[in-house]
Amino acid sequence: MVIKTIFSGFGGQGVIMMGYLLATAGMYEEKHVTCLPSYGAEVRGGTANCTVVISSEEIASPVASEPEYAVLMNNPSLFRFQNQVQSGGTIFLNSSMIESRPIRGDLEIYEIPANDLAKQLPNNKVSNIIMLGAFIKKTEVVSLDTMTHALRETFGHKNPTIFKSNKTALLLGYDYLK
Amino acid sequence: MRGNHVVAEAAVRAGCRFYFGYPITPQNEVPEYMSERLSKVEGGVFIQAESEVASIHMVIGASMAGGRVMTSSSGPGISLKQEGISFLSALELPAVIVNMSRGGPGLGNIAPSQSDYFQATRGGGHGDYRNIVLAPNSCQELANLTYEAFNLADKYRTPVIILGDGMLGQMMEPVELPPEVQIKKLPHKDWTLTGAKGRPSRFIRSLILDPFEEEEHNWKLMRKYERIIKDETRWETSFMDDAKLVVVAFGIAARIAKGAIKRMREEGQKVGLIRPISLWPFPQKAIKELTKKVKHFFVFEMNMGQMLEDVKLALEGNGEVHFYGRPGGIILTPLEISRVISSYYYQKRLG
Repeated sequence: MVIKTIFSGFGGQGVIMMGYLLATAGMYEEKHVTCLPSYGAEVRGGTANCTVVISSEEIASPVASEPEYAVLMNNPSLFRFQNQVQSGGTIFLNSSMIESRPIRGDLEIYEIPANDLAKQLPNNKVSNIIMLGAFIKKTEVVSLDTMTHALRETFGHKNPTIFKSNKTALLLGYDYLK
Repeated sequence: MRGNHVVAEAAVRAGCRFYFGYPITPQNEVPEYMSERLSKVEGGVFIQAESEVASIHMVIGASMAGGRVMTSSSGPGISLKQEGISFLSALELPAVIVNMSRGGPGLGNIAPSQSDYFQATRGGGHGDYRNIVLAPNSCQELANLTYEAFNLADKYRTPVIILGDGMLGQMMEPVELPPEVQIKKLPHKDWTLTGAKGRPSRFIRSLILDPFEEEEHNWKLMRKYERIIKDETRWETSFMDDAKLVVVAFGIAARIAKGAIKRMREEGQKVGLIRPISLWPFPQKAIKELTKKVKHFFVFEMNMGQMLEDVKLALEGNGEVHFYGRPGGIILTPLEISRVISSYYYQKRLG
């Protein structure tokens, strides 16, 4: 089993963090993982994407030719990656920021209004984690428990409230898709 | 762990206590990590120098005094360090230099590229010398080879270059780190300049005006390089049993090629892979050896054909070589490269 996922969006939307968390969770489940971030020289506002490969065997290439999944946070990402996803693959799109829809008919598409959902929360800088919650619900690449563990390990030592707000966001995204 | 952090941590565990550098993307996480890590170990020294030139000369100083020392940079910064690397070789000083290379020439860009192959393997600076060049292809190998590099540098008293690229530096993979060495248990160095109290004074210099003495010094280096070629050549092969076409690739390009070969194997195409791990010494014999079974070689690099020359030299005309390269920081997907290799495979009527 080799699962390749591309996360993409503006720098600042937490794209690399999504990839990092998924890879970390995969590692906790004793799988082979690689996480390949790619971004421009600018920190915020530039384009950023991140390829995560999770596999039960050794991973040959960390670069994905035809990813199974794409998590897209803005319009340019949709245009760039909609044709790369393999036939029968799945796109998770942030419908708060993406107006257009893929024209391909061979993909499964989930729309998550991540930014609008985030506004319901006291800390609204968590739209990426909401997307991640929805992503693991549908794909079951890693379990909710492992992802919560990865969140705790990543944010817990900094500030407990940050972990708490991210956990809330994860559950919100997880429960949003039925 | 991120590749750049892996290099830094593996270096500290190998006993590196001195780091001098100057920031440049895509290797900034190395000094970032070192600044914190070295402040917490006994005798750790971290200096962000005013330039690359200054940092490599600080490396010379620390190495002369017997410390395990490292510097890191990317393409343009490594160019600036070349003078110091030439001096390190002439003075026979151990040091580890990490190049997380990026698109070039000139300032180029910050995307991963393998265009520094010539610079690394041909010495790079002035004078008749070589560096040991190691090219890892995963974060795990990055840890192992960085660790090993310090031992090789001390063993042969020569600078060792870790040639990675922007992708390897930024990539995150789980890593099992090597154990921490005890500085006191490292082999004693009988040539360091530490003050001549109670012993005769020592002398380390690279200015040798008498041509006969300089020739002798060059021969001495040459004999050392021959020993390195004999004992330290490393490579890895995969899918070679029944291969009719062999892909030659190093570093991260070999990783992408391996993905491509897996795809092609699923379609029944008999393609193998040889990956030089030490770029100098280059695994010439191993490649020549392959010609007993295989006649077709496909070199894939993320540059315009640099290792290609070494492959041709190794083959000495035995075997047909085809090259495909993408310079400038383009990252191919395994699917794209598999199409190129595949079309060559059928063109040559191998399947």
